[in-house]
Amino acid sequence: MRVPLSWLREFVRIDLPVEELARRLTFGGMEVAQIHRIGVEGSPLPWDPELIVVANVLEVRSHPNADRLVLADVDYGADQPHTVVTGAPNLFPYRDQGRLPHPLKAVFAREGAQLYDGHAEGWVITRLKGRPVRGVMSDAMLCSEKELGLSDDHEGILILPDDAPVGMPLRDYLGEVVLEIDLTPNFARCLSIVGVAREVAALTGAPLTLPDLQVIATGPSIIGRAHVTVHEPDLCPRFMVGLAEGVKIGPSPFWMQRRLINAGMRPINNIVDISNYVMLEWGQPTHAFDADRVVNRHLIVRLAKPGERLTTLDDRDRDLTPGPESGLTHPPLMVCDETGPLAIAGVMGGASSEVRETTTNVLLEAAIWEPVQIRRTARGFKLPSEASRRFERGVDYELPPIALRRCLELMRLYAGATIAADFIDVYSRPWQPITIDLPPAEVRRLLGLHLDSHTIADILRRLGFKCTIIGNTTVGDFAMLATEPIVQVEVPSFRQDVTMIADLCEEIARVYGYDRIPTTRLADELPPPATPRAIELEEQVRDLMVGAGLTELITYSLIDMALVAKVQPSEAVPERYLKLSNPSTPEHVYMRRSLLPSLAAALAMNLRERERSTVFEIGRVYLPLAQPGKDDRWLPDEPRRLAIAMAGPRQAESWLHTDRDWLDFYDLKGIVELLGERLGLADRLSFVPLTDDERFHPGRSATLMLAVERDPRGRVLEQQPVGVLGEAHPQVRARIEVNVPRILLAEIDLETLFVHAGQAVYRPISRFPASTQDLSIVADETIPEAQIRAVIQRSAGEHLESLILFDRYSGPQVGSGKRSLTYHLTFRAPDRTLLDETLAKIRKKIISSLERELGATIRG
Amino acid sequence: MTTLLDELTALEQEALTALEAVSDVTALTEWKSRFIGKQGRLSRLSRGLGALPADERPLVGQRVNALREQLETAFAAAKERLEAQAIAAELAAERIDVTMPGRRPAVGYVHLTNQILRQVQHIFAEMGFQVWESPEVEYDAFNFSLLNFPDDHPARDMQDTFYIEMPAGAPSVLLRTHTSPGQIHAMRRNAPHPLRVLIPGKVYRNEQVTVRSEMMFHQFEFLAVGRNVTMADLKGTLSFFAERMFGPGTQVRLRPSFFPFTEPSAEMDVTCFLCGGKGCRICKYAGWLEIGGCGMVHPNVLRNGGYDPAEFSGFAGGFGPERVAMLKYGIDDIRWFYSGDQRFVEQFG
Repeated sequence: MRVPLSWLREFVRIDLPVEELARRLTFGGMEVAQIHRIGVEGSPLPWDPELIVVANVLEVRSHPNADRLVLADVDYGADQPHTVVTGAPNLFPYRDQGRLPHPLKAVFAREGAQLYDGHAEGWVITRLKGRPVRGVMSDAMLCSEKELGLSDDHEGILILPDDAPVGMPLRDYLGEVVLEIDLTPNFARCLSIVGVAREVAALTGAPLTLPDLQVIATGPSIIGRAHVTVHEPDLCPRFMVGLAEGVKIGPSPFWMQRRLINAGMRPINNIVDISNYVMLEWGQPTHAFDADRVVNRHLIVRLAKPGERLTTLDDRDRDLTPGPESGLTHPPLMVCDETGPLAIAGVMGGASSEVRETTTNVLLEAAIWEPVQIRRTARGFKLPSEASRRFERGVDYELPPIALRRCLELMRLYAGATIAADFIDVYSRPWQPITIDLPPAEVRRLLGLHLDSHTIADILRRLGFKCTIIGNTTVGDFAMLATEPIVQVEVPSFRQDVTMIADLCEEIARVYGYDRIPTTRLADELPPPATPRAIELEEQVRDLMVGAGLTELITYSLIDMALVAKVQPSEAVPERYLKLSNPSTPEHVYMRRSLLPSLAAALAMNLRERERSTVFEIGRVYLPLAQPGKDDRWLPDEPRRLAIAMAGPRQAESWLHTDRDWLDFYDLKGIVELLGERLGLADRLSFVPLTDDERFHPGRSATLMLAVERDPRGRVLEQQPVGVLGEAHPQVRARIEVNVPRILLAEIDLETLFVHAGQAVYRPISRFPASTQDLSIVADETIPEAQIRAVIQRSAGEHLESLILFDRYSGPQVGSGKRSLTYHLTFRAPDRTLLDETLAKIRKKIISSLERELGATIRG
Repeated sequence: MTTLLDELTALEQEALTALEAVSDVTALTEWKSRFIGKQGRLSRLSRGLGALPADERPLVGQRVNALREQLETAFAAAKERLEAQAIAAELAAERIDVTMPGRRPAVGYVHLTNQILRQVQHIFAEMGFQVWESPEVEYDAFNFSLLNFPDDHPARDMQDTFYIEMPAGAPSVLLRTHTSPGQIHAMRRNAPHPLRVLIPGKVYRNEQVTVRSEMMFHQFEFLAVGRNVTMADLKGTLSFFAERMFGPGTQVRLRPSFFPFTEPSAEMDVTCFLCGGKGCRICKYAGWLEIGGCGMVHPNVLRNGGYDPAEFSGFAGGFGPERVAMLKYGIDDIRWFYSGDQRFVEQFG
């Protein structure tokens, strides 16, 4: 909303500097986004009051040496007229006609004045310098709108109204300050100058002066000469019509045009401008129909019928039936005559009944429309208008008669209209005033602000609420001792947004000042504890990954099938995914079911910039329910997952010649093992070869299995997959366009791990020495190492402290199809030094178990 | 006797002169055996004691002992000197160029958004707020109507909200546009007990992606409900948060605003933490930065959450960690956050 200050001043006295006024408005809830200054001090081009003044052109003469120039003798309030050389085409008609018989007011600028260069591209400020033009001294000029910064029009000079006072500084005549206010939806009442004035009055304490609007009606009554039928009273609570006859269409007065322009609207003609002017002033949109194009002057309010069409003011032929063509979800409400639609109610008029040059009689509508109806229609047609903006936020039910009076009187004054007596007023659902009882205790309870009932009433009255203080009520037989008086508040019609105590508290808070509310620390009872463990564990996992050298990324939850197909073609099945019904870009259409596609893509991108990338993401995936709607549940599961992606040399490039081998499966597995340990799940997780997952190298990937149920002796009764890890399949590498020997990917279901996560288990530290021995085993290559390790662990018994695989060999020395594995075993007992005999016994047991269970032999 | 004493004197001079010339451990060992060893010169001379007359023996004997002591002391000093020299030489040979780059352990980085969220969680935890999680894919009702959005509120426009395709007969489901639906979930779970929660997470907006706006970003929502919770408490909570988050002395300013789910509503500004409120490029010379929105929980929302607004009151607010981070570090483009580019994340350790 753009508010010209001169307009605002018609309704409220403003003594504050404009910056302070803007600050008060902002802290009263109406954010002043910008202050525009036109011609006044502080504007981009201040009009010097000494040098730029209103002048009267007395006579226009030919230039002695130039056809395209004229000489104008102007009176600018000095003793002598001044001659100006100008090429303004709009002065040419007056050339050599002697002294003009009528005033011709223009803007006169003298030498030294700063103006915009009318011929320059854009806005270039120049200083007016005297110089002879074709032999005639030119040290002053008559200004175009562009030269003054009013518009980019440089066709001719600006002609002012005849009554513009000669000699008056232009700054005082046309200078303006415009407040541009960003209004939140609850400030619909301030989509009008009067509404803003009321707020200014409340915030500054200055009185609000609203005129008692009257219209001088000299015509016969409208009653019987025009008709209104409202078929939809719920959608049209009030419909008023007035009649202006014998109008002469022409431009509106200069001052009105200036205000419209300053408020951001384009002047059109006197009737349209008056309608817009009153809308800006009061907030009530009106609509002018050419009365002679309304059949029988009978306006009918009804919903559009199927198949009906209307050509609107913007010359678009519109389908009025809900559907994809019209964009409508509901039938629009129309103002019609007996033959068909004339206007889309509250949104836009139709071309057929539009006011045009030949219009002589005007039916003026001022109505109240149901906000939701207007909003649906405006949205459907994608037709936001100044009118619909106001109607969809709610217009004061008591405004239509005010707006009609104001409009019609202006039409009488500026369009030569004869105004018919009376209005037609179909007021189907009159405004129901509401009253709210407001005890000061409620203000304290909600705001923490201790105000007595008089202070509260005073604040609310300034905003237009009617307040009565009701004191010392008695309850039952007890005369209450000094019961706090309450404030009974009657809500005015222009405050439809206020319906409850909380609304009143907001009014009190913002007028009293948010900055005057005290600052206190919460003193209320603490809530019962509730933090879910998963949140803490997630943080723990995040720290662990960072500690393992991985960098956290966050990628988009929304993906497209092409990306999925790069990593896992069999999962690129749209039906399995939640899909947006209104995606904005083709890359973000489906809710991801796995973190891997986007993380792998991020890895690929990073590898274009660096040789080594190790990243992880913790985020949700979105799994649609197997049976959506069962038990009335429709939302997907959103389990938390961890994904890891790594590629590059094990250590960064350095002069230190560190480990430059490529990261491999075991680097990734080490991190996953660590994760298992930290979650207290080390002994419940196992890695099972994964041979048929298209994402992975069939010989270098594994499923992570979690034992979810074990018997008391620790044997696994039930296990479930909780993740995958491995080297990406070469085809995946190719599809995500990564040109490195290998990349590693893992995705782990944290949600399930967290359910089973345990805490660390303390084992006392033995003070006795450890004994170590090495064990070299030859076994079939097909036997998984984990199996050999399990046999050793089980047969070695409780004193085995650690078991480290430190060498692996396959080759001629062990025979084909075999491999040798060498372990370093450390034994220790908590309570004694283990004897050599004991250790020998254990070793024998291990060896015999390995031989018996796995057919392994001992090497060397 | 004179002869022997003279010889001892001569030996003293000779030995000390020789010792001065010794420059390594081998030579020192040789010197030792030559002068003070069992077969050394001093031992040999002292053997001549026996041939002296008895009255001369004590004097000469003392002289011998004194000389031995003197030479042994000199030997020890020389040994110490030579050893120190040897170590110094060895260390000198081991000198490295300390200006060459160090061997860096591979360390990871927490994403900037999560760094900020962690900080926020810690600060609110100090005031008794607990983290609460809420779904990202949400019922329309939780995102809007239960939060007192009128049916045809502008924020419900198709261009703002991503909707999920649902089968016929299903309720309207969307990607939450803010973390506020978590308010309803948290309240319904906790009513009628007092409540203090912090709800962090991803939110989605169907908006043009620009340097200032993303389709996916994060928010955190704080909510306190109780029998004794006022707007003054909201100010106190924000002020505590601002001081902890942006540094001591940071001031908070509330400006009236509008959100359907709070009444009264406010925008929260803090004194610019870059210029301390004096005015700079980041705060556009205003001295204040807009950080988020807040207000007193609307009675309809309390009711929808299961609390009686006549008895309970509450406050709520929400902030965007990306905005906080962008202001704090002067980041000029929000699109870096979720670009997946490590070069962004690894700037913030």
